[in-house]
Amino acid sequence: MKLEMKDSPGQLVAVLKPISDVGGNIIAVIHQREPDLHDDTLNVQIVLELPEGQRERLVGLLTEQGVHIQRIGEERLLYQRTVILIGHLMHTDLSDTVDQIDSTGFAEVCELSMSMPAVNQRSSSRITLKALSHEDMDAAIAILRRVSQQKSLLLIEPLEGCA
Amino acid sequence: MKVALIGLGSVGRGVAEMIARKGLGITITGLADSTSGVIDPAGINIPGVLANKKTQGYCGDRNISAEDIIKTGDYDTLIEVTPTNALSGEPALGYIKAALLRKKHVVTSNKGPIALAYKELRALARKNGVALRYEATVAGAIPVMHTIENGLAGNEILALYGVLNGTCNFILTRMAAEGLTYEQALMEARKMGYAEADPTYDVQGIDAAIKLVILANTIWGNGAKLSDVDRTGIDLLTPDALRLADEEGCTIRLIAEANPHRHLLRVSPRILDKNHPLVFDGTLNALTLETDMAKEITLIGKGAGSIETASAIIGDLLYIRDHHVKRP
Repeated sequence: MKLEMKDSPGQLVAVLKPISDVGGNIIAVIHQREPDLHDDTLNVQIVLELPEGQRERLVGLLTEQGVHIQRIGEERLLYQRTVILIGHLMHTDLSDTVDQIDSTGFAEVCELSMSMPAVNQRSSSRITLKALSHEDMDAAIAILRRVSQQKSLLLIEPLEGCA
Repeated sequence: MKVALIGLGSVGRGVAEMIARKGLGITITGLADSTSGVIDPAGINIPGVLANKKTQGYCGDRNISAEDIIKTGDYDTLIEVTPTNALSGEPALGYIKAALLRKKHVVTSNKGPIALAYKELRALARKNGVALRYEATVAGAIPVMHTIENGLAGNEILALYGVLNGTCNFILTRMAAEGLTYEQALMEARKMGYAEADPTYDVQGIDAAIKLVILANTIWGNGAKLSDVDRTGIDLLTPDALRLADEEGCTIRLIAEANPHRHLLRVSPRILDKNHPLVFDGTLNALTLETDMAKEITLIGKGAGSIETASAIIGDLLYIRDHHVKRP
C-alpha cells in the first residue's frame, strides 16, 4: 500500500503499530522524500502480508492516525511453485487440467510454457502455480497429482523449497 | 582376522586385491565364485587365484562350493558379494543366514537380502552375538551407515533425500547438457559401461527404491518394503522438460526421499535449483540427512566401482575387527 503522512517525528512508528495490531507481517518499507511534494508530507510504501479479513480494520486504524492511504495494491496469492507436466497434454484436455486448479478458489495457474515437438508425440509444459498459503499449495499439487494419474501424465514436482 | 569371500565379480575382485595389497591383517581362508572354490587355512594366494579366474573363468576347485566354505570353513567374518537378486535375495540370503547361525560376522554388498529380510537377519545376528554390516549396499563408497551409526549417534534423523543411482544421474546430466533424448543418453551410458543391457532396474528407479528401503529400515526400523515405495522412473522424460527447467535456472534429478512423519517413501524425478547441493554431474551419488541436532548433513561421492565398493566393505571389516574380534 502507498501511504501519505505528515513529516513529523514518530509518524512512521505510528503507522507501523496498527499493522502489527491486526496481525500483519511487514515485508518491506520504502520511504522516500520526493522534491515535488509539499514540505510537510511524506510518501511511504509498505509491502505486507495480512491475515484474511483484516484489511478494512487496518484501513480504519490508519485513518484514525491521520494517515492518508493513496493506493492499496493487492496480490492475493503469495505462494508460488513450478512443476513440469509431460504427456499428451492437448489430447487430455489441458484447459480442464488448468481449470481443476483454477476452480479451487485458493490456487491458480499463473504461467504456462509449452513445447509440442510433433503431432502424436508427448509434449512438455512448465506450469507455475500460485496459492494463498503453503497448505493450499500442497493441496493444489495434490489435485494436479491426481489429475496427472487419471490422464497418464508425468508430473515432476520441485524438491521441497526449490523452484 | 580370518575371512571367507563369496563372490568374485567386480566387487569381490576389488576386495581381494585390496586385502592382498594393503596388509590390513586380514587373511582370506576361503574363497568361492559361482562354480568353484578354494580353501587354505594358512591364507589363500590371492594373485594366483585371480589369475586362474582370468584365464579359466573360474577361481579354484569345482568340487568345492560356496556352501561348503560357509558351513565348514574356518573364518571369523563372511564377506558376501554375490550379485543382487531383488525378488528372492538368494542365494545370498541363505549364505548370510548360514554364517550367522554359525556365529560368524557378516559383511555384504548385496542389496537383495538386506532389503527383503532386514528384520529377520538383524534378529538372527543379535541372537548369535555377531555383527551384520552392509555399508556397501547404499551409495557405494560413501560411508552412509557409519555416519548414521557413529558420526550422528544420538541424533534423531527426521528425513532424508538423495541421489542414489549413478546411471540415472549420468543420463539426466547428458540430457540437460547436450539436449539428448532419453534413448540417446541411455545409449551413451551403455557405451561408457554405466548402464546394463537391460536398464530397467536403474531407470525405473527400482535400484534407488531398494536403497531407500534399506536406509528406512536401518534408521527407523519401520519394516518398509519395496512395494511401499511410490516410484517413478526417468524413462519418460523429454529433452524439452529439461530445457523448460533450465530456463528457470533449474534441472531435473531422480531423488529418493523418506520422511516418516509425512509417511513418505518416494523415488521420482524432481525439479531442483542448479545450485542445490544434490545437483552434480555424472555418476556420483549423494545423500542429505536432516537431523534434530546436526541439522542438515550432505555426503557425496562415488556410488559404484570395484575398488570404491571395496572401500565400504573394508571399512566394515575393520570395524568388526576393532569392535568384535579379539586380536591375536
